[in-house]
Amino acid sequence: MNYETVIGLEIHAQALTQSKMFCACSIKFGSEPNSNICPVCTGQPGSLPVANKKAIELGIKAALALNCKIEPSSIFARKNYFYPDLPKGYQISQYDKPLATGGWVDIDVDGVTKRIGITRLHLEEDAGKLVHVGADRIMGAEESLVDYNRGGTPLMEIVSEPDIRSAREAAVYTETLANLLRYIEVCDAKMEEGSLRCDANVSLRPVGQKEFGTKTEVKNMNSFKAIEKALLSEEKRHEEVLEEGGKITQETRFYSEETNTTSGMRSKEEAHDYRYFPEPDLPPIEPDDKWIEEIRQSLGELPQKRRQRLIDQFGLNTESASILVYDKPLANFFEDTTKLYDKGAVVANWLTGEVTAYLKEKKKTIEELDLKPPQLAELLKLIDEGTLSGKLAKGVLVKVIETGKQVKDIVAESGAQISDQGELNKIIAEVIANNTKVVADYKGGKETALTFLVGQVMKLSKGRANPALANQLLKEALT
Amino acid sequence: MINKSAHELHSLLSSKRVSSLELTEAVFARIDQVEDKVKAYITLTKEEALRQARAADARLKAGNNITPLTGLPVAVKDNMCTQGVLTTCGSKILNNYLPPYDATIVAGLKSAGAVIIGKANMDEFAMGSSTENSALYPTRNPWDLTTVPGGSSGGSAAAVAADEAVLALGSDTGGSIRQPAAFCGVVGMKPTYGRVSRFGLVAFASSLDQIGPLTKDVTDSAILLGAIAGHDEKDATSVDLPVPDYRKALIDDVKKVKIGLISNLLGDGIAPEVKLAVKAAAEALAKLGAEIVEVELPSFEYAVSTYYLLAPAEASSNLARFDGVKYGHRSGGTKDLLNMYYNTRREGFGPEVKRRIMIGTYALSAGYYDAYYLKALKVRTLIKQDFEKALGKCDVLISPTAPTVAFKVGEKTADPLAMYLSDIATIPVNLAGLPALSLPCGFSGGLPIGLQIIGRAFAEETILRVAFTYEQNTKWHTQKAKL
Ligand SMILES: [Zn+2]
Repeated sequence: MNYETVIGLEIHAQALTQSKMFCACSIKFGSEPNSNICPVCTGQPGSLPVANKKAIELGIKAALALNCKIEPSSIFARKNYFYPDLPKGYQISQYDKPLATGGWVDIDVDGVTKRIGITRLHLEEDAGKLVHVGADRIMGAEESLVDYNRGGTPLMEIVSEPDIRSAREAAVYTETLANLLRYIEVCDAKMEEGSLRCDANVSLRPVGQKEFGTKTEVKNMNSFKAIEKALLSEEKRHEEVLEEGGKITQETRFYSEETNTTSGMRSKEEAHDYRYFPEPDLPPIEPDDKWIEEIRQSLGELPQKRRQRLIDQFGLNTESASILVYDKPLANFFEDTTKLYDKGAVVANWLTGEVTAYLKEKKKTIEELDLKPPQLAELLKLIDEGTLSGKLAKGVLVKVIETGKQVKDIVAESGAQISDQGELNKIIAEVIANNTKVVADYKGGKETALTFLVGQVMKLSKGRANPALANQLLKEALT
Repeated sequence: MINKSAHELHSLLSSKRVSSLELTEAVFARIDQVEDKVKAYITLTKEEALRQARAADARLKAGNNITPLTGLPVAVKDNMCTQGVLTTCGSKILNNYLPPYDATIVAGLKSAGAVIIGKANMDEFAMGSSTENSALYPTRNPWDLTTVPGGSSGGSAAAVAADEAVLALGSDTGGSIRQPAAFCGVVGMKPTYGRVSRFGLVAFASSLDQIGPLTKDVTDSAILLGAIAGHDEKDATSVDLPVPDYRKALIDDVKKVKIGLISNLLGDGIAPEVKLAVKAAAEALAKLGAEIVEVELPSFEYAVSTYYLLAPAEASSNLARFDGVKYGHRSGGTKDLLNMYYNTRREGFGPEVKRRIMIGTYALSAGYYDAYYLKALKVRTLIKQDFEKALGKCDVLISPTAPTVAFKVGEKTADPLAMYLSDIATIPVNLAGLPALSLPCGFSGGLPIGLQIIGRAFAEETILRVAFTYEQNTKWHTQKAKL
């Protein structure tokens, strides 16, 4: 039988605030255990939560970027369960009245645009972190330690409609969302640091059937690639079970990257009745229209619009435009450079090629570099003028980045391209004298020998020879 | 001197006729004399109190930064966090808990220069009406040691009645300030919900809890309320309204004040002598120029059942944090998480607390939520509307504070429902979030009777005015318990 896969995703995105959701503690990553804590986020008796206005603002901002409706009144609720990483015995979350509902996001899957519905976006606090000694979970551990630094970190939970139809779409959706949240500066969306987490609900149904099949929830996918692999594996498992006439059990399953399989928890552990009820310590969130409008204004041009504009305005291809817009500082760098040097496609090539490769290798962002738009523009102009070859320019670029020196100083130090005929002819004469056999081959009709000789000219000139001119002069010298 | 009111003592301190150290030592001498019988306190902080008294004397001597509380000995209910000082909530589960911070109102008392005498006994987690649910020991009523002081702020009320403190703070979720005030013959006020910060008050039922004063007279109530009221940015439910000078409301005049006598709180279940005292109080107020009308609040019939769904529901969640992981009692010897939870909570909580956690958990459970919790919320709205209607016509409402005078120790411990009914007149006020005050209005068999005055939201001034006028024209408050 042919099956259709149905996937809905729950993304937990950490809001880019300074402090926690309900107290003033810092949310700095990597601090000493239990150093960013206070009576509120350790659940001391008598302590009370106060909602972080910045987190609400970022939640609204994300919701607007996802085309959601901001609810006029949303409320916090208590999700009650016992666990040592949950100091109050309940998590403050939003339940039946979330911050925002009913949005969508467009994703591009291998050249096809698809719209994925967003059911809701709500705010909640994260739990602390447990460290187990003697086992990898609390059951069977000799001892377990808890670090409440992460406890109370503000999270935005973004729930998609079950509109996703393949593992690939799920990965693209998550990456699109991550890029969008990063672009609008509400979340740094680092899956490996846990600032973006993804759980997936997966089910299969025979093609043509309307009702959904029984779903499983897949957790522990820590990269976009892992999402795709995990969901492919889970999809395959469902299909095998169904093909054999079996039934899928509704459960939570953990993905292991090592084995590339998912495995279920004992259902007893997850038989929860969370007994949600409205959090009496917090008033409803009732953002006024003026505030929402201000936040909407602060969004500016969203990445998908900007990408289209870059394509239309600068003639970029979709791929480089995409790379640029999902790194907002890089896109800004691009546009700033084009104000000084108008060949947009050339600027984009350099930024998405050399510069991006360098950033990836050094794990840096464009903002951390000493390279600024005027320098890149200057460099590109020197290529056009013939002062630098492309290859030389790449070397200069790296030196600019690494030394912070000005382009003209580096060119002065290492020398510009040699385009002087007299100077080039001297070098050519030396190359001819040193390579009599190759010269003879060329004269005997072996055209490729010329490439070798040009190479020798470049080598002798330490790469500074104007290659086109060298080629031409060499040919002339050999006739 | 220790039997004097706070405002009288304030004049003595300001004019240097008495020092705070002398006063504080006198209070501790009184405690030495009667505490064995009354058992009003769980923890006494004598050394720190004497240090605070000396600091207050320095302030009084310098003559600057003197507040109406400077140098005055105050008892604090043991559910308000005091940094580094044992805060048990009357429970075994917190028998070793030293809070890392001060409740906002405790910090406020300290900066006002008050002297904190100790932490007053209470029903465990404020669940009870007799202080017999304290895990440590019951407090006795100073008027008759065989009777209860009421609860849950029984320690605070008894401390004031027995002159073991000049002022006290209690908390009121369903009558826990007013009912013990009535039983102990003192003045107790529950302010409007949101008037006083709850930050640092260990939560019982968050949407109902409110801290308030227990004092020897109405003037002291106005003074202490003024000191603790106000917005706190650490409590999102506290209201950002200016705090009036409540002493200005102490006007001996009720002419043209319209007072509603709640007729359905003068029916079955109310002791005859209590009914008589309240009716007499209404007549006295009428003679002083007030207009008395009878009002009926029919939804009151459902108030106790509503309360016993909502308060336990919130409590079941509020008390989840007492799990042995972070602080307080942890059962020894267990090797796994679930048993640590089970044993810690089994050993740490008393029977009434367990009962309410179970009721509350049940009311919030899937399949029962709509029928119990949600329905109770709807009835709560009806009760609010009843009050709004009555207080649309009247400036204040009056009723008995409690259906009876103080009952015997042990009389109701076997019958939780009978115990719950002793809050029948106070519970509706918490459900509506309104302010109310209890003051003495008579005696029966040598035990005080309380008159409850209920006002509109944030209209504590009107209540104080009516209470002050009544007090100035009666002599009940001048009678003292003889120990
Ligand atoms: Zn904190």
